[in-house]
Amino acid sequence: MSVNLTLLTVMGALYACGIYLILERSLTRVLLGLMMLANATNLLILATGGYAGLAPIFNRDTDPRDYNDPLPQALILTSIVISFAVTAFMLGIIYRTWVLGRQDEIQDDAEDRRVAGTPSFDAEDDSIVPVETSEFPLAMDAAAGTSTAGVLAGGRLIPAEAAAAEERPGSQNLTQHPEGGGA
Amino acid sequence: MNIASLAPLAVVLPVLGAALTFLLIRYSRAQRAVSIGLLSLTLLLECWLLASVWEGGTAAVNIGGWLPPWGIVLVVDQFSSLMLVVSSAVSLAVLIYAAGQGMADGDRDAPVSIFYPTYLILVAGVSNAFLSGDLFNLYVGFEILLTASYVLMTLGGTGPRIRAGVTYVVVSVVSSVLFLIAIAMVYGATGTINMADLAIKLAGLDQGTQTLLHVMLLVAFGIKAAVFPLSFWLPDSYPTAPAPVTAVFAGLLTKVGVYAMVRTETLLFPGDTLNTPLMIAALLTMVVGILGALAQSDIKRLLSFTLVSHIGYMVFGLAMSTAAGLGAAVFYVAHHITIQTSLFLVTGLIERRGGSSSVDRVAGLAKLSPLLAVLFFVPAMNLAGIPPFSGFLGKLGLLQAGVQLGTPLAYALVIGGVLTSLLTLLAVARVWNRAFWRKPADAEHPDPVLLAAPEDSATGDRAGRTNVTLLPRTMVGSTLGLVLLGVGLTVFAGPLFKVADQSAREMLDRSSYIQAVLGEEARVPAIAQPGPGQDPGGVPGVPPGSQQRGGGK
Repeated sequence: MSVNLTLLTVMGALYACGIYLILERSLTRVLLGLMMLANATNLLILATGGYAGLAPIFNRDTDPRDYNDPLPQALILTSIVISFAVTAFMLGIIYRTWVLGRQDEIQDDAEDRRVAGTPSFDAEDDSIVPVETSEFPLAMDAAAGTSTAGVLAGGRLIPAEAAAAEERPGSQNLTQHPEGGGA
Repeated sequence: MNIASLAPLAVVLPVLGAALTFLLIRYSRAQRAVSIGLLSLTLLLECWLLASVWEGGTAAVNIGGWLPPWGIVLVVDQFSSLMLVVSSAVSLAVLIYAAGQGMADGDRDAPVSIFYPTYLILVAGVSNAFLSGDLFNLYVGFEILLTASYVLMTLGGTGPRIRAGVTYVVVSVVSSVLFLIAIAMVYGATGTINMADLAIKLAGLDQGTQTLLHVMLLVAFGIKAAVFPLSFWLPDSYPTAPAPVTAVFAGLLTKVGVYAMVRTETLLFPGDTLNTPLMIAALLTMVVGILGALAQSDIKRLLSFTLVSHIGYMVFGLAMSTAAGLGAAVFYVAHHITIQTSLFLVTGLIERRGGSSSVDRVAGLAKLSPLLAVLFFVPAMNLAGIPPFSGFLGKLGLLQAGVQLGTPLAYALVIGGVLTSLLTLLAVARVWNRAFWRKPADAEHPDPVLLAAPEDSATGDRAGRTNVTLLPRTMVGSTLGLVLLGVGLTVFAGPLFKVADQSAREMLDRSSYIQAVLGEEARVPAIAQPGPGQDPGGVPGVPPGSQQRGGGK
């Protein structure tokens, strides 16, 4: 199979420019890049049909090799229609971006940035467990009268009884203090 | 005349529904009735198709009466009809859910009226891709579903959706261009784009050309299926769409990519050609995906990452190219479509009930709505692969096939699979602990709706949201139906696994597919390395006229 050198060169140039343009942040340039890629691909499909030939209208006396291959053209037609629809939709999106943000640039994903900036220490998952959550929390200290045991919770030292009380069924998990904080 | 000749209706009925719902754009009640009715009809038809090939066999339909290597062929076999039934069942459930949401929130919003036609076109595109026996028709199927998905993704045109939509559209268009380039190259090299015909003719090409075409197709499908290095776009774009849209995207769109990869690996390029790179990609997809999920605090984003991660299991099964591995992968695809979609639907309900989908902000839902807790718990455990659910069975099948294969890489994948399963359990358990078990007072900025008294939660109208039903019966009902379907996959796992194994054997054998399309006398080339005697001009069963096209010039 032989190909047309002009078509091949144009196709290469379109691919190169298209790839360059879709790497831009500006949406209009990205759209232009996509259109170039689509058209370069259409040229590639055209090239698979070989050299130009007769129109594929059946004639008993014509050698089958003289006809042009009609299938690539049918494929190109379909792909042109599809890229037309996508281009129209992209234009709609670009206009909407302009209306919403007054700019024609790809925006960062805020949630992505937030997750990336989250420290690996998670207060809820990774804090030292405040109390022993057994049936008989810290009974030894309670028997001794005054408790000196404390637990570290959220960076503060809390008396063991207070911490244990928070774990009992029905607890509101709140210590009543005028300021609203812990001990 | 057999039932399989009704296969085009699986595409035509949803398109017809789309046309009708466009005409009825001002009558939302009629739109709902038409779309749900036609989709149910499609589902029944597809169940019938599946029943007709349940015992094995393949049927082909020539569209417009054009004979196979020239015309468009739709092929019904066990794998494609199983995919059709599961995808239609899931899309019907999501449609009912979306209709319930629309009814609950009022249909006054203008974009809602274009939801139904677009959704039906999406379903038609998915069916077309599953049925297609022709590479270009597969491309058209992809484009139909992608174009519909662009509209659904940006429904309403809010800032975050447009931002996510731009990424999604550009990445999808680039992957489609790659696919189209691959089609052009395939046509240039062989002069045909009929998949059965290609299965015969590709074997006659030299090894370098084959590898080039193979890699091009796999990269194009890999972007659509979200296989690891090409999966970056998915967790960015899926979570912002409305809940039912994300659910149907998560369930169906990536699986269409996986389906195309399965066809490429079994029909077009059989045997052990690119299995090693595929296995490495599968391992990285599983592990990197699930590590991403662990870092997220938004449930939708977390689920999007688990979606990417579990694509790795399917690629793993596919890359083994043994009957056991492929069969388990087929079962896993069916399981994952159902489970992932139901989890996203439940997340939509959590967002309604708890006011947010961030695990930092919701809490105490187990007490507020025990039904919601059950609806989340069952598919979540299923996804993590806890026995006896279908996720466990599918993973077990994959791991067994991996051990059977016995290569060091297969063992690495088995270990990676177990690890991913455990990390999935960790990720969903974290959601469960925070969103369902924790006290509302412990959450950061909890929504007032969480702190209100738990009575009459089913009917709602409290806490400043007087006009919104918190958990409409239709939405809960359709989610419940899908969760039950997932449990059903566990109960009927025996017969399903049998069909999946049989379809895997038929796909690896290829003769059933090729002979159904090209006629009984078509000669199926051996799966081993292409022999020197494969003269494309001398293949019997291919009408001599096909040599006039492209390749002969």
